[in-house]
Order: sequence, then C-alpha cells, then structure tokens
Amino acid sequence: MLSQKNLLGLENMTQQDIELILDTADSFKEIIDRDVKKVPTLRGKCVVNLFYEPSTRTRTSFELAGKYLSADTINFSSSTSSVQKGESLKDTAKTLEMMGIDAVVIRHSSSGAAEFLSEHVSAAVINAGDGTHEHPTQALLDMLTVREKKGTLKGLKVAILGDILYSRVARSNIFGFTKMGSSVYVAGPQTLMPPAIEKTGAKVAKSIDEAVEGADVVMALRIQLERQKKGLFPSQREYSRLFGIDKKRLSLAKPDALLLHPGPVNRGVEITSEIMDGTQSVINEQVKNGVAVRMAVLYLLIGGAGR
Amino acid sequence: MKQILKKARVIDPSSNLDEILDVLVVDGCIAAIEKSVDISGAQILDLSGMILTPGLIDMHVHFREPGYEYKEDMETGSRSAAAGGFTAVACMPNTMPPVDNAAMVEYIRSRASKIGLVRVFPVGCVSKGREGREIAEMGDMVQAGAVAFSDDGNPVSDSSLMRKALQYASMFDKAIIDHCEDPGLFEGGQVNEGYISTLLGLAGIPASCEEIMVARDIILARDTGARVHLTHISTKGSVELIRRAKAEGVRVTCDVTPHHLILTEEAVMGYNTCAKMNPPLRTREDVRALMEGLRDGTIDAIATDHAPHSQDEKDVEFDKAAFGIVGLETALGLILTHIVGQGELTLYQAISKMTAGPAKILGVDAGRLAVGKPADITVIDPDMEWTVDKNKFLSKGRNTPFDGWKLKGRAVMTMVGGTRHSIIPCEKF
Repeated sequence: MLSQKNLLGLENMTQQDIELILDTADSFKEIIDRDVKKVPTLRGKCVVNLFYEPSTRTRTSFELAGKYLSADTINFSSSTSSVQKGESLKDTAKTLEMMGIDAVVIRHSSSGAAEFLSEHVSAAVINAGDGTHEHPTQALLDMLTVREKKGTLKGLKVAILGDILYSRVARSNIFGFTKMGSSVYVAGPQTLMPPAIEKTGAKVAKSIDEAVEGADVVMALRIQLERQKKGLFPSQREYSRLFGIDKKRLSLAKPDALLLHPGPVNRGVEITSEIMDGTQSVINEQVKNGVAVRMAVLYLLIGGAGR
Repeated sequence: MKQILKKARVIDPSSNLDEILDVLVVDGCIAAIEKSVDISGAQILDLSGMILTPGLIDMHVHFREPGYEYKEDMETGSRSAAAGGFTAVACMPNTMPPVDNAAMVEYIRSRASKIGLVRVFPVGCVSKGREGREIAEMGDMVQAGAVAFSDDGNPVSDSSLMRKALQYASMFDKAIIDHCEDPGLFEGGQVNEGYISTLLGLAGIPASCEEIMVARDIILARDTGARVHLTHISTKGSVELIRRAKAEGVRVTCDVTPHHLILTEEAVMGYNTCAKMNPPLRTREDVRALMEGLRDGTIDAIATDHAPHSQDEKDVEFDKAAFGIVGLETALGLILTHIVGQGELTLYQAISKMTAGPAKILGVDAGRLAVGKPADITVIDPDMEWTVDKNKFLSKGRNTPFDGWKLKGRAVMTMVGGTRHSIIPCEKF
C-alpha cells in the first residue's frame, strides 16, 4: 500500500511509492488486453469523477480504470451538476461524503483544489489535474511508458519543452523523473518559464536544441493557444519555429530517444505530424498506460481490506 | 474625576520620554507627568511593571461599515481595536457605498463617537465612487473630518488623476495614501512571484508590480511638492526607492504591516488562504530590508491593514479566496515578541512607529502624552504570556495566520479621553 491516503501530487511522494505504483500498473496492464476486461478487485467500491474542467482522455481513462476493476464509477461534471447553481466545492465535498464514496477523482481549474477537497472529505482524493499545479497520474503514466521502453528511469536525460509556467504536467514530471534518478532539462519561451524552477531540481537549458541534445526522452507540452492572445508569445508560427519539435530537432536527441506528449496535440505547433506519427513517438502507448496507472492508483488507495 | 497612573515605565517618543513616572489624569485630560504625583481624592492605579504609552494608532484598518457588516462593523471593529491596545484608527473608505463625500465622513464619525471605544479618523476616497476617474470632494470631506485620502483596495492607477489628487490635497496639507500596485503586472496574481508560486502553480505577483507604482508616486510627489503616503509596502526595492526619495527631500512617507515583517511567502504552503494578502508575503530578504527601513527611519509607521472577511470567503479554493487578514488583536503582541523580542527594533522605536509616526502622517493631535491634552493612553504588560485564539477575537474576522501562536506582551488597558477600557481580565484593574 502507499504511504499516503491521497494522491495529490508527486512533489511529496516517495520514490518507493512511485515504484510501487509503476510495478502495480505493469501487472494490471494485461487486463486491458483481455477479452473480458474485468477483475473483481474493487467490487463494492464507489469512485466519483468530479470534473470541473472539460476533459475527455483523463476522465474516460479514470472511468475505465474503475470499471475494469469492478468499482462503481460515477461521473460528475460541473456543467450538469449543482455547481451550475453556485454550490461551493466545500459543500459539494460534504454532499459526496454523506453518500459514502471511497474515492474522488478531481479535475479543477484552481491550483490546490485537490488538497482543499482532501481536507473536507475522508474518502481518498486523487488529483486529476489542479490548475497549474500538478497532474500526478499523467507523470506516472509518462514514467511507466519510458520505463517500459528503457528498462529504467535512472540516468536518463529527459527534456521537457514548451509552456512550463502553466503546465501541471511539467511540474509533476519534473518531480517524478527527478526522484527516479533522471536528469530533467526544461526549455521554452522565457515568458513561459516559471521563476526559480531550478530549485525543483530541473535544469534550465538555454535553448530547445540544448535541452534535446543527447536526450533519451523528449516531451513536448501542449501550448494553450490563448496564451498568445495574452502576449506570452508572438505567434503560432514563431512558436513552432523556435520551440516546436520537428524531425531535424528530434535528431539531436539519442537515436533511440522517445517522443512524448500529454495530448491533445496541436499538430504542427508543438510537434510536426511527421514525427508524431513516426517510430519514436510513444503517444499512443501513453494513453494505454494511463488506464493501467489509474487502475494501480485506485487499487493501492482503496483496494485494501481495511478501508 | 482624578486618576493617578502610578509607577509605570512611561514611553513617549514624541517627547523623548522613557522613565518610571506617575501620570495624573483629571477630567479626561492629562494634568501632570511627574516623578511622583500625590493628590488627595484621586483614584490610584498601581502600574509598576507595566509600560504606559500614548494611545496606539493604527492608521490602516477596514471596518467595512456601511455595506459589508457581515465582515465587520464599526462596533466590532472598535472593540477589536481596543482589545489590541489601540485608542485610534484610520478607517479606509472602501465601503459600500464608499466614503467619497462629506455626509459619509460625518456618518463614520458619528457612528464611532456613539460607540466611543476608540477615536476613528476617517480616510476619504481619492476618486468619486472609488472609480479612479474624477477626484472626490476632498475639501468638503476635510471640513467634515477626513484626515487623508485613499482609494485603498485599489491603486490610483491613472497617473494624471494621481497628480491632480496630490495637487488638490496639498491645499489642505493632507496626504494621499496609495496602495501601490501596477494593475497590468498584478493581473490575476495570488502570491509573491518566486519559487513558492512555481511550486504551488499559483500566479505570481512580482516585486516590480509594487515598485513601479512606488517610483511613480515618488516622481509625482516630487513634481507637485505634495505629500504622498505609501501604505503596506512589502519589498526591498520599495524601501530603497523611498529611502533615496526621502534623502532628496521628497515628501513621501510609508508604513508596513506586522505580517510583512514576520511572515514570508512560505506561509502560503499548503494553500493556506489565511496567508493570502495583497501585497503578498515576500521573501526573507525583503523582510530584512523592511526591518532596516524601520530602523533607519525610511519607514515611518507600522499599520495592520486589518481586513476582516467571513469564513466563507476564506474557506475556498486558493484563487477564489479573499485577500487580507485581521490584525488589530495580534499586532502589538507580535511586534513585542517577534520584532522587539528578537532585537530588530527597540521598544522605544516600535512604540514610536505606532504613536508619533502615524499621528504625524495623518496630521492629527494624538500619539503623544502632553499636559492639557486628552488622556489617550495604552498600558502594556510586557511580561504577559498568551496564546492567540482566533475564536476569542472581538472582531468578526477569524482570518489570521497567527492562530495558536504563543506571544509575550499584551495591552491590558486603554484609556480614551480618560475613560478606561479594560481589555482582558487582570487582577490589577
């Protein structure tokens, strides 16, 4: 079992816990390929997906993860719930608490929302992305994908590229990969580089090329196109030219380097279609591993006999 | 009625006083401050071991009335101030409706005098409706008793309006109190920009957001020859700009809050909304610069920016939480324990920043002990150890990051115009 009750982020997670999740995910993965995709592990447990932001892949992934383990999964999205009527997160939490659920998966636009929820419910809280803070299951599935291909995370050079400032994926991956012994390099427009990011253990590269040079893993982040309107970069065209990954740039990395992207991809902006659909891309494996990682997290948090 | 306050250590920076003395109060006014006063028929209070100071002044509070009485009202605010050892406060005008005309100033004064626990100096708005467009009727408000002008809560962002306001207010020798913030740089900010904002994924407020406005206000004060007061400054850069401006003779003054002197940005870890304020808590280096600014006279006053909010406005997601904390009931204990107690300021300096300092900025006849003047006095027990318990606050606000803190030193009595207000049960009174 994990040393903590909730999965709020990777900043405070131990290396042992991360390893346990990855190992468990490994063993669950074959269930997804079975003809009958169901094991009774979480029978009688109830998981609520509380999504305050639109999401397709993460929500579906959590829903399937719960269903494959026989948990009852309920989706609660802000557009069709009493959130529309002005109910506060605190009151929603109390309501869910009274309904006797075992775990809440929360996606919310406010940084810290998962931690806030965890202070108001006794159920396990799983952060599925809170504002610009963390997205731990994304980083776990990224690590699982890389570990499968490389055999280890130790000693790898991981380049994380693009909008680091507003990226919860970047934060979780920096914490996760660093804990597992990888060297993480970040690069992107200076306007999208968070202050003092080097204190997290990441190294700041002067350019995309410097970050990609000799890398084992190249991870491009999604760029929210509305950031351009706020003046954080001048145009999509210049962004893709200076910070996007194409075949030539990818060739600076090791020949067997992996290309990751948390999705959804703006094709031709962060990465070219050519390499996205190319042999180094593991973007589709990431999605499959997402289900396995979320099965592992649910199992480890609420699968114990004691709960 | 005659009262003799005996054997207290009397500290009054405005008259260079720091010794054991007796203070005679007759009919609400100070009648003598001498080594020994003996008069028949007087009520005697033995204050040996206590510190007696001019009544403390908090030049920046929000009493929220009218309009936001669910957060605080004039009565709970006054009780909170008295409990913290204050005898006078300056109330910010960001109420609903705002205090932007003489009738509103008179309303605040009449409410306060009926309650009678503390003197309330109203601050009027710089602009009509606090909208930042046209200057408010400052002349009328001065006649009604406004002591200064501020659009606090907001900065005066239009430089042309600020310049006109400074020129206009200078006719009455009143200061414009500015909350220094560049709106463009602030945009959506939650906490100090730095490692903590990066870790928590919260929008950062850079130091430049404040410093650009500090610099602008200094330039405009120099330009107009008018008086500007920069409230709750929080960065090293602001201290340096103000220090240089003062050396050049610009008429600029400033204050700092106890929380910006005692806490750093790390207090928000765990998304603690009780450590969310504007300006945000800054870094250790900023704190050091603020302390130095107090010592060398760059910073003239300590003010709490007492900002009560309801529980519902704080017990929410961090970016939805209101900015600000209450301060009246913790300020003195915090200053005595963590600033004087740590040797950052002498007791004398600290008292000066809470009495003579703010009185001078506001241009009010308070903050000093003088024969013939109303007896506004604070009595402090420097040795009393106590624990902050937000549930015992007299303010409606419970929004404090200091709950549970163990402090040493507390006001035990205030006197306003000779009327005693005992604050906490104390066998001496």
